[in-house]
Amino acid sequence: MPAFILLTVWTAVRILGRNRLRAGLTMLGIVIGVGAVIAMVSIGEGAKAAVAQRVATMGTNVIMVLPGSMTSSGVRGGHGGAVTLTVSDGIDLTKRIPLLRDTGWGKRDVMQIVNGNKNWNGTVNGVSPSYLTIRDWSFTSGGPFTQQDMDTAACVALLGQTIVENLFDTGEEPVGAVIRIKNMPFRVIGVLAPKGQSAQGSDQDDIIFIPFTTAERKVFGTQFLGSVGALFASTERTDDLAPAVEQIREVLRQRHRLQPDQDDDFFIRTQVDIGKVQEGTSETMTVMLFTIASISLLVGGIGIMNILLVSVTERTREIGVRMAVGAKRGHIMVQFLIEAMTISLVGGCLGIVFGVLGARVMTVIEHRGRGVRLFPRRRPVLRPLPGQQSLPAQSHRCIAVRIANKRPSRIIIQEPCTIHVPPILPPLNIEG
Amino acid sequence: MLIECQDLWKIYRLGDVEVQALRGLTLSIEQGEFVAIMGASGSGKSTLMNIIGCLDQPTRGRYSLNGVDVAGLRSDQLAEIRNRQIGFVFQSFNLIPRTSALENAQLPLFYRGVSLREQRAMATSALSRVGLQGREGHYPTQLSGGQQQRVAIARALVAGPSLLLADEPTGNLDTESSREIMAILDALNKEQGMTIILVTHETDIAAYAGREVVIKDGRVQSDRQTRPVARLSPSGA
Repeated sequence: MPAFILLTVWTAVRILGRNRLRAGLTMLGIVIGVGAVIAMVSIGEGAKAAVAQRVATMGTNVIMVLPGSMTSSGVRGGHGGAVTLTVSDGIDLTKRIPLLRDTGWGKRDVMQIVNGNKNWNGTVNGVSPSYLTIRDWSFTSGGPFTQQDMDTAACVALLGQTIVENLFDTGEEPVGAVIRIKNMPFRVIGVLAPKGQSAQGSDQDDIIFIPFTTAERKVFGTQFLGSVGALFASTERTDDLAPAVEQIREVLRQRHRLQPDQDDDFFIRTQVDIGKVQEGTSETMTVMLFTIASISLLVGGIGIMNILLVSVTERTREIGVRMAVGAKRGHIMVQFLIEAMTISLVGGCLGIVFGVLGARVMTVIEHRGRGVRLFPRRRPVLRPLPGQQSLPAQSHRCIAVRIANKRPSRIIIQEPCTIHVPPILPPLNIEG
Repeated sequence: MLIECQDLWKIYRLGDVEVQALRGLTLSIEQGEFVAIMGASGSGKSTLMNIIGCLDQPTRGRYSLNGVDVAGLRSDQLAEIRNRQIGFVFQSFNLIPRTSALENAQLPLFYRGVSLREQRAMATSALSRVGLQGREGHYPTQLSGGQQQRVAIARALVAGPSLLLADEPTGNLDTESSREIMAILDALNKEQGMTIILVTHETDIAAYAGREVVIKDGRVQSDRQTRPVARLSPSGA
């Protein structure tokens, strides 16, 4: 029997080889279907990975506390409408919550920055030195400002890549240069390493950092000394995020003297929350792409089925001849099954090749455009094949068996059996 | 006795209509006979051929081939019998398209599970027996009608059957090719003692046979010996 199977496989391959056009067209559906599934899933995975990467640029295990709304005389301010968070809140959080590794704060404003004859409107952030470590900023040249710079409200600045590109000529060294922010001269002491897009899609490199005290006293001006735009904290471990959030809420409510029936006047976000939202979006995309690709695979399968159906019907006579010379039902079944499987297998393999190639091409295009990497992944490559085999192959086999089940004489019957059917005429109603 | 048909009935049911193709046909054929079966269209001769060839089962009656009662056998057992004992030659050749003459001739051996090398050797010798040496690699479309029919005969012969069924083998051929085909059949019968049953309309083709059976309305109308049976024994006839 194994010899027979081998011979059958060989025969099937030869039969397919003799009908190259038909075999090729049959395969096309599968090639496109499998290719599409692989390419789509790879693109989806890549998008997800890109989002994860962007979320990771925020830093690790970051908690953000933003000012909430405040109601005065019945008018409710929106988020951030209140100036409720202060530097002393931040200092107190560090002292009272051991789970927090670091606490920092900052406030921001868009201002004009001038270097020589060039100017640019960028986001100026007045931050505590710890902010830079929490958010994982690193430097391509120079370094961060120190606590001493904070204490003396020194006029020093750290520039993001976008700022550097817009204020300096290529090749010009920014570190040591003096730029002006709101007519105050600042010495550039560091250039930040680029982070690219944020999870929300904004340019994270369009940024300037100056010491918080400098910003408060010399650049932004403030109504209440010590009020901050946001507090930042980080924990050692991701698992600590949830308890830390609860403790922060408790401490802040206490510090802000909120009654149990009052709402928080701040709100807390963690990196995990932000990541989840972003990943949710890309997950939806992935599922959608996968669904579309699966449908195209299914259509490919149906295409195979149709062509195989036609080919079996077309080969009814051949089946009859094979049976006349002694083929058993099993022989016919195995022959057609192997033919269908060969088509699906070869088509599937070609599909994998095209899918992976397609994903690679997309990677190159995407990489050039937006810095997204696509990851062809192993699992979906293997996934379509077994399912792929079954539908068309089974239908092919069913049809072949149905034909094989007929009496061979019906298949190769030579002269159409002339049947004399007595004509059944309605009784004539002559009288009308 | 090679073939014994006893009171064969074949009834087709097409909806409500019952068609009696064979109505109690009785016929026996000895080993080594060359029988021509004649009859008008619809007389039941093709049905008879199908039953003799184990392609179909009778509705009623007894049919034994080489002493084996065929009526009770399963389809796989019938396939086995067709493979080993019966060779078919059809009016429309029925070669497998896009497949070489050699591979067409190999077909019965393929289903018998013979090794590929043996298949080739046996098919090559079968092809040369019908005068097609050197044409092994030709495809059906590259062969004339007569040559295609000869490939079909080679395919029927290759497995060494005791019975050759030819259903109007010359129906699609010109006179010259017809004569060649009939000469091959005649030689097979005379030289190898192969039993041949030939269905035909034409009297000059039927004249090659030693016995002429006329079928009408599903029964044997006349049965006459025109030539004595060729006896092939080791001592010679």
